[in-house]
Amino acid sequence: MKIIVCVKQVPDAKDVRLDPKTNTLAREGVESIMNPFDRHALEAAVVLKEQYGGTVTAITMGPPQAEETLRDAVACGADEGVLVSDRAFAGADTWATSYTLAKAVEKLGEFDLILCGKQAIDGDTAQVGPGLAQRLDIPYVAYARKITECVDGVIRLERLMDDGYDEIEMGMPALMTVVKEINEPRVPSLKGKMKAKKMQATVLTAADIGADPECLGLQGSTTQVVKVFSPQFSAERCMLTGTVDEQVDQLLVKLEELL
Amino acid sequence: MVNYFLSEEQQMIVDVARQITAEKIVPQRVELDEKEQFPTEILQDIAQADLFGLYIPEEYGGFGGGSFDMVLALEEFARGCVGVATSFAASALGAYPILISGSKELKQKYMPVIASGEKLAAFGLTEANAGSDASGIQTTAVLDGDEWVLNGTKQWITNAGDAKIYSVIAITDRSKGPRGASMFVVEDSDPGFSYGPKEKKLGIRASSTRELIFKDCRIPKDRLIGRQGTGFFTVMKTLDVSRPGIASLGVGLGQAALDEAVLYAKQRIQFGKPVMAFQAVQHILADMAIQLEASRALVYAAARHIDSGAKDVSKASSMCKVMATDMAMKVTTDAVQILAGHGYMREYPVEKMMRDAKILQIYEGTNQIQRNVIGQALNKEYSRS
Amino acid sequence: MLKIDKEACIGCGICEDTCTFSAIEVVDGVAVVGDNCTLCGNCVDVCEVGALSIDKVEKKVVADLADWTGVWVYAEFRDGRVAPVAFELLGAGRKLADQLGVPLSAVLLGSGLDNNAQDLVAYGADKVYQIDDPALTHFTDDAYANVFEDLIREHKPEIVLAGATAIGRSFIPRLATMLATGLTADCTALAIREEDGALMQTRPAFGGNIMATIECSTSRPQMATVRPLVLKPNGRDDSRQGEIVKVTPDPARLLSRVKVLRSVREETNEVNINEADVLVAGGRGLDSEKGFEMIRELAGLLGGATAASRAAVDSGWVPYPHQVGQTGKTVCPKVYFACGISGAVQHMVGMQSSDTIIVINRDENAPIFDVATYGVVGDVFEVLPKLISRLQDQRAGEGDN
Repeated sequence: MKIIVCVKQVPDAKDVRLDPKTNTLAREGVESIMNPFDRHALEAAVVLKEQYGGTVTAITMGPPQAEETLRDAVACGADEGVLVSDRAFAGADTWATSYTLAKAVEKLGEFDLILCGKQAIDGDTAQVGPGLAQRLDIPYVAYARKITECVDGVIRLERLMDDGYDEIEMGMPALMTVVKEINEPRVPSLKGKMKAKKMQATVLTAADIGADPECLGLQGSTTQVVKVFSPQFSAERCMLTGTVDEQVDQLLVKLEELL
Repeated sequence: MVNYFLSEEQQMIVDVARQITAEKIVPQRVELDEKEQFPTEILQDIAQADLFGLYIPEEYGGFGGGSFDMVLALEEFARGCVGVATSFAASALGAYPILISGSKELKQKYMPVIASGEKLAAFGLTEANAGSDASGIQTTAVLDGDEWVLNGTKQWITNAGDAKIYSVIAITDRSKGPRGASMFVVEDSDPGFSYGPKEKKLGIRASSTRELIFKDCRIPKDRLIGRQGTGFFTVMKTLDVSRPGIASLGVGLGQAALDEAVLYAKQRIQFGKPVMAFQAVQHILADMAIQLEASRALVYAAARHIDSGAKDVSKASSMCKVMATDMAMKVTTDAVQILAGHGYMREYPVEKMMRDAKILQIYEGTNQIQRNVIGQALNKEYSRS
Repeated sequence: MLKIDKEACIGCGICEDTCTFSAIEVVDGVAVVGDNCTLCGNCVDVCEVGALSIDKVEKKVVADLADWTGVWVYAEFRDGRVAPVAFELLGAGRKLADQLGVPLSAVLLGSGLDNNAQDLVAYGADKVYQIDDPALTHFTDDAYANVFEDLIREHKPEIVLAGATAIGRSFIPRLATMLATGLTADCTALAIREEDGALMQTRPAFGGNIMATIECSTSRPQMATVRPLVLKPNGRDDSRQGEIVKVTPDPARLLSRVKVLRSVREETNEVNINEADVLVAGGRGLDSEKGFEMIRELAGLLGGATAASRAAVDSGWVPYPHQVGQTGKTVCPKVYFACGISGAVQHMVGMQSSDTIIVINRDENAPIFDVATYGVVGDVFEVLPKLISRLQDQRAGEGDN
């Protein structure tokens, strides 16, 4: 079985802040990591490979330094890494990204399954997976929480819904996005790390994948950022002052009124 | 940080072990300690990361590393939990006798499953009357046709009940004194072999400790490790290479305690400033750091000395064990002092560290016995000229 | 691509300071752009000497942009009822439609729809397109996206809104890709730009630490998903009149390559924090699992549920279903207690619409106070135990009476 896992390098979101004075992202000391949901997708792919045989290819679109994320993927069990990288991709929204990835996947040839994390923690859009499925015209399921079996070109799985789950069956090739509940990702192994160190990622440029320049990057995006800003919250607040006992007294009075 | 000039491979070992510690060990250590629960899943994670084969030659499915590689991994695990690290280290202790003295067949049979982490190993030496004085061993092995028949009881055996492979020492000919002991491989499923109840301990509660009970336990003849009568020799060689591992548990534990103490001292406010600002506190922390780094340097040096193929390693090995484990006891106690009331409470991690530290001064040869070894080595060294 | 005119650039560094993504650096007196440039254009606007420009090839604007008119809301239907988020969307959609002077329509897909379309009218829809077909009993991306696509292509709405539920987030992106148009996920605010009537879609990014306003300037419809409980529905008005259009789809479009074998509803034991009137939330300031016990105690005394910031969940003091914020749940209880929570934006976007917010935090500069109705600057370890014991006394007193 040939499995492709889409991974994304993201800043560790909990550390990112917008400096309200300069309106810039304070990224100092912010580490780049593999999108946590993608780790689960990768783990699911590696488990499938261990069960049914085959190969796992990690693919990422990003600047050259995103190769680091492909190394992580190989250290955790992927067989190879593909870096889709070109200055022409800059400014891509999810629409242009799914186009670019679709062209790259087509370039890689036949596959059975594409796995994605349910969303990336920097954008939280959850759109590239479904967009990619549509562009490749393959069946797709979001929020897989369990893969039951995968035989004779048919995959059975459970899809997490807001109020329970659905048992699903679909023919391959297909794409699915996974939620955290699907597994507990492994840490990289020593042998994996060594393999990762030697790994040479296949680099694909816009020309390599035969992309239409009008569909790439900012040019190919259907959405544009009008402005980026620090969220403003305002409330008419009333500070309760005094000793701790006095503060608690006032709180109790307010609670009495409210409840 | 002091630069110890790790190779790229060694740095990878540190990175892999550190990630397991951060992602798997630290989140679970409190629960494992409180429930006295064996860390089966964490050991599987360690196995999956190829670290069980760290010290095992490549021809037996291992990584082909040495004592220093083990030291690096154990130090990282011990930063998270000495109980978990001990369970990992004890498997190596059980494997070393086979590696050091076993036949090619024995190695081929047992090393690959130990290297993959599929089966845990353990080491059976201590008995009720044979602790520091190994000559008090009562367990016997008698050859009966094609089988050895073992009788006796081993005490306080780490991993007992959870391991599948045991390296056990028994007397095969009492008349020969120290040359009358031999080592055997006993498997979990061997007839006549059972375990005592799980012991309740002060610290390292994630590790399991039980008795090994042999009642006419029959094992095939070829389970003898090395030649008959070489048991003590194998034990001594085993402990020589394993002691730096215990020492590194002290280093990892000391580092963890120092980390907690410094972070706490920086955020705890008293008299209007962080307690870190007081020299009385700074000096305690400075002494902790000094002893810690000196211990680490000695442990690394001893492990590299062993890996160099040097013949006589007992002294270096014992010295680092004493220094690093005494340091760990001192540093963890000081960390509790720095955190004071908070440190004494179980919601902070340092009281567990202090409880865990004590065993390091006791097991794999008490620190008093280590000093005997060092003393005897000195005596020998200075009588040569 | 961002172009820098080296002759014009004076190396002042204003662009470097302005770049949100740290993609510009002044090297040897000239600005240099790095690979992480997202072409947001902030730097172009601030450059005082006009040295920066973004190479914009004239975008092919869909010629018939103006042909698209009307606001649509997807009314999610499952298990015989319309999802509450649909009514919230109708409330927001009504405002947008009124501002644009266009009708508001709802799209209802499913099986056994009965009179539910009438409810949508009562909550603000002028028109309801409904497709009632057994093939739509279970949700599948293929069938839902196909029939929705056909409706959109036929009627050309300018705006399509959907709930960011499991179903909405699953098939709406696929639908947007089919229509070759833009979609903005998880919006927290929607507005119409006065000048040209474009939809301004505001959403959190980077785990909610920053906000971005996004437009879809060259294609239609403009699509957005909105999380449940972020917007407020208008009141029900049964006197409203609306047209209900029953559509029969092309059977071929109802086929799905994905089969739903079984749909299981899971009763969870966990309290649904969305439904509690009182939520007591704790964060990093509680220091430990033990500290978090105070939160549970207080919640118990107030008959409420416990909630938590991401920090508390990441520390393992409380399980994920209790997490409030961008990566957790959005809540809007009557009273929200924030104890030892500093107020990362990621948390605040999930609770800011609560009716009353009571903040207890020792750092008076903590951002959480910005959303507080009542603020207490104090140590949670002093304030909470006192509050708990006073409430216990009250309860005991009530018991005596």
